[in-house]
Amino acid sequence: MFQIVIGIGVVLVLLILFMMFRIGTLLNVAKGSDKKIATGSNKVNAGLFLVLLIGGFGWMFWYSIVYFDDYTLPVASEHGVVTDHLFWVTMAITGFVFVVTHILLFVFPVKYYYKEDRKAMFFPENHKLELIWTVVPAIVLAGLVFTGLQAWNDITSEAPADSEVIEVFGQQFAWVPRYSGADDKLGDFDYRKISLDNKLGVDFTDEEALDDFIPREIHLPKGKPVLFKIRARDVLHSVYAPHFRLKMDAVPGMPTQFHFVPTKTTAEMREETGNPEFNYELACAEVCGRGHFAMRLLIIVDTPEEYEKWKSEHKTLLAQSEELMNLVPAELKELAKIKAGVEETVVEEIPVMEEESSDNEEAQASL
Amino acid sequence: MTMATAETMHNNDHDHEEHHGNFWTNYIFCQDHKIIAKQFLISGIFWAVIGGGLSVIFRLQLGFPEMDLSWLKPILGEWIDPAGKLDPEFYLALVTMHGTIMVFFVLTAGLSGTFSNFLIPLQIGARDMASGFMNMLSYWFFFVSSVLMFISLFIETGPASGGWVIYPPLSALPQAMSGSGLGMTLWLVAMVFFIVSSLLGSVNYIATIINMRTKGMSFAKMPLTIWAFFLTAVIGILSFPVLFAAALLLVFDRSFGTSFYLSEIYIGGEALPNMGGSPILFQHLFWFLGHPEVYIVLLPALGITSEIISTNSRKPIFGYRAMIGSMLGIAVLSFVVWAHHMFVTGMNPFLGSVFMLLTLIIAVPSAVKVFNYLTTLWRGNLVFTPAMLFSIGLVSFFISGGITGLFLGNSAIDIQLHDTYFVVAHFHLVMGAASFFGMVAGVYHWFPKMFGRMMNAKLGYIHFWFTFIGVYLVFFPMHYIGIAGFPRRYYSFTNFDTFNSFTDLNMFVSVAAILTFTAQFIFLFNFFYSMFKGRKAPANPWRSNALEWTTPVNPGHGNWPGEIPTVYRWPYDYSKPGAKEDFIPQTVPFSETPESNLPHENDLIAQEKSQEDAIVVDESKH
Repeated sequence: MFQIVIGIGVVLVLLILFMMFRIGTLLNVAKGSDKKIATGSNKVNAGLFLVLLIGGFGWMFWYSIVYFDDYTLPVASEHGVVTDHLFWVTMAITGFVFVVTHILLFVFPVKYYYKEDRKAMFFPENHKLELIWTVVPAIVLAGLVFTGLQAWNDITSEAPADSEVIEVFGQQFAWVPRYSGADDKLGDFDYRKISLDNKLGVDFTDEEALDDFIPREIHLPKGKPVLFKIRARDVLHSVYAPHFRLKMDAVPGMPTQFHFVPTKTTAEMREETGNPEFNYELACAEVCGRGHFAMRLLIIVDTPEEYEKWKSEHKTLLAQSEELMNLVPAELKELAKIKAGVEETVVEEIPVMEEESSDNEEAQASL
Repeated sequence: MTMATAETMHNNDHDHEEHHGNFWTNYIFCQDHKIIAKQFLISGIFWAVIGGGLSVIFRLQLGFPEMDLSWLKPILGEWIDPAGKLDPEFYLALVTMHGTIMVFFVLTAGLSGTFSNFLIPLQIGARDMASGFMNMLSYWFFFVSSVLMFISLFIETGPASGGWVIYPPLSALPQAMSGSGLGMTLWLVAMVFFIVSSLLGSVNYIATIINMRTKGMSFAKMPLTIWAFFLTAVIGILSFPVLFAAALLLVFDRSFGTSFYLSEIYIGGEALPNMGGSPILFQHLFWFLGHPEVYIVLLPALGITSEIISTNSRKPIFGYRAMIGSMLGIAVLSFVVWAHHMFVTGMNPFLGSVFMLLTLIIAVPSAVKVFNYLTTLWRGNLVFTPAMLFSIGLVSFFISGGITGLFLGNSAIDIQLHDTYFVVAHFHLVMGAASFFGMVAGVYHWFPKMFGRMMNAKLGYIHFWFTFIGVYLVFFPMHYIGIAGFPRRYYSFTNFDTFNSFTDLNMFVSVAAILTFTAQFIFLFNFFYSMFKGRKAPANPWRSNALEWTTPVNPGHGNWPGEIPTVYRWPYDYSKPGAKEDFIPQTVPFSETPESNLPHENDLIAQEKSQEDAIVVDESKH
């Protein structure tokens, strides 16, 4: 019943609008204004450009200034400071161009709207002017290219040798980090070795893999270079840590990497933002399917001391799962037990891997 | 003058008689470029409504994530879950199909298809396209493509959902998402038909422009619209086959077990045997089309607005040669910037540097175009027809969207902004809204030529202001959301603390989007109403110089009843000092306008004489 009333209402409104339109058209014909080159509407349209110019700029500047802290993310990496600087330099230059060109674009209509007794200026070309506005943008752009190139080359250069190497593995729909353990060397992997137990396809015939471990969140040391080694299990993903100004695709079959230096611990950031619950987060920036929007991984930046402590205390993969231990070839078993820190006693802890998989199932079920 | 030649109509042996053929050959399988243009236009409008409608649905999800969408069940069925929530996978299908439809079916087919077909013969003075039959095929291949793409919206597993860029492996593996099954197959087949259609069209446009210009219509006297269509067709011919190759290899990977794009994948509980392929290869191939595609949709719009702004400023376009030069520059450079879409894909960083350099170079010709538009307006005598308003709107969007390109083209800054809402705002303004405005401006401007009637100007004004302000309200706030780091193609932002803000701004954007979409119905009403009931159009309603206005109000088959008029001057002699009127059509010889001729133009009078002698002979050969 209610819907019918709304339906009738809509039809009536449309009818009224149509009648108004017809009457307006007839009035125009009666006044003969449909034959004129420019009617009174011409001035109205010109004026509206001015209104839009003032209103639009007013709103833009007001919002940009008042809400500055809301739309800018605090930066927590060394290269992030550089790219942020570049961003704002570009913003200043383009902002200036934006404002000036729009003032011209919207003021000209008001100044030069049609008058019957005036003739437009015949001004087909002027080589000097054209040369100026070809060369000036070219020079400004050259400056932007130059500074951009420098930053880009620094960011994509070889990672320092003493970098903390962390593997970041993307899968539908979670990130899994892997650390190298005490030997500071990540073990090999092979996608054919991926299984329910060995989610990353770690190759346990490689000695360096024996002490690798998989934590539930990423820990980073403040002020030390970190190298993310990135790969993907199934489809494209993209490692995206907004506060570190970090983004790099995870590509199946082609390992990628990104190195950076975190500059603020989580605790420091909590203080800076005034948000006691602040956390760094890792997101996915390349569409990867149903759960694309839910690929969250926590990142915690510690002081170097805290970091070393956390790292040394973390249980290795092999120490957590007997199934994985079975993957180690017989001749490496002894070494594995030493490197992985496995006691002869029975491992009593619940394997982290299983917890994670149940986590993922929950996440997927909730989608 | 030319108008007088209408009398000679019946002496001509051309088939000008209106009443031959039947409904099918006149309106459906028609080979007349004007009818084909209208077919493209109507199809484009149909797709625009669908594509816009899809965006409204996903804007509802983004702006009102808590909203109960059960009322959409009659349309979306199972994609709305029992709790009234949109399915996350269908959300991706919506953004994918919105992109595909808008880029290819609306802005490529709807824009180039309509205006290249309609204007090329009319503005260069030709009876029709070089091959009317190929032209007809072009539309019908597009139609088949449309039907397939439309069907894919309704299949059980959903349409393609991996983003309009269909990056494999997501698009190659049905295990990865249900849209990569039959939906993706239909997408690929539809695009193959689309590419064939586009190529048939482009070959025709180029052949027509090169070979069929009327007497006197040298390249240096062509309207900028024709230059734009010409370069667009060239870009299309060079780039679309690459998309065809990319799609073909993807079909092989999907159906025949090849590994062009697939390598070392573990999915659905098993390790796939594919080794040695590269997903990056696909991205290179895709963007080799994808970036020129931006200019395929933008250049025609720029050409159209150059013509409209000049006409309605009553002023020659400033820097005609510079405009052509910058379009040429853009066309060439558009082929060497594609990898700026791929800075953070793991591509060699050195390549990133090269592409960053080339990308920022393309800003120079774009800047030249903007300054030339502004100078054309300066000291003009501006008549704000709806077409003129939309053209000014285009310039505004071209600036706003263009300058954000300087951020994204800079690889260092792009690391943070890549795949965020900043990108969404950027390309919607510079490519989406700008091209759309060019298309709408073209419709308002050439409607009298298409249908012999005028559109209602007042409704046009209302349509413009709602749309212009609406588009800014939708896309300007997205820059802030993008600077805040929000990634695109996210179903919801509640999972992240970092992105768990701006709910108010997202709501605002959604409301603006819905209002802007609704405002387009004003246009639709105006369009269809005026087609039948609009005021009868005069011969040259905008007092334009271009050749198409020398045809009868309703041009028949063959366009000009008598011989095709000869062209003597460029199309931008507006407000020439000394001239009585503020426009001198292209068909007026310099010998008739001694009062306004520039010194070098007086020298051309002798040349005109010899030209006139040649015409009669030429026309009898037809």
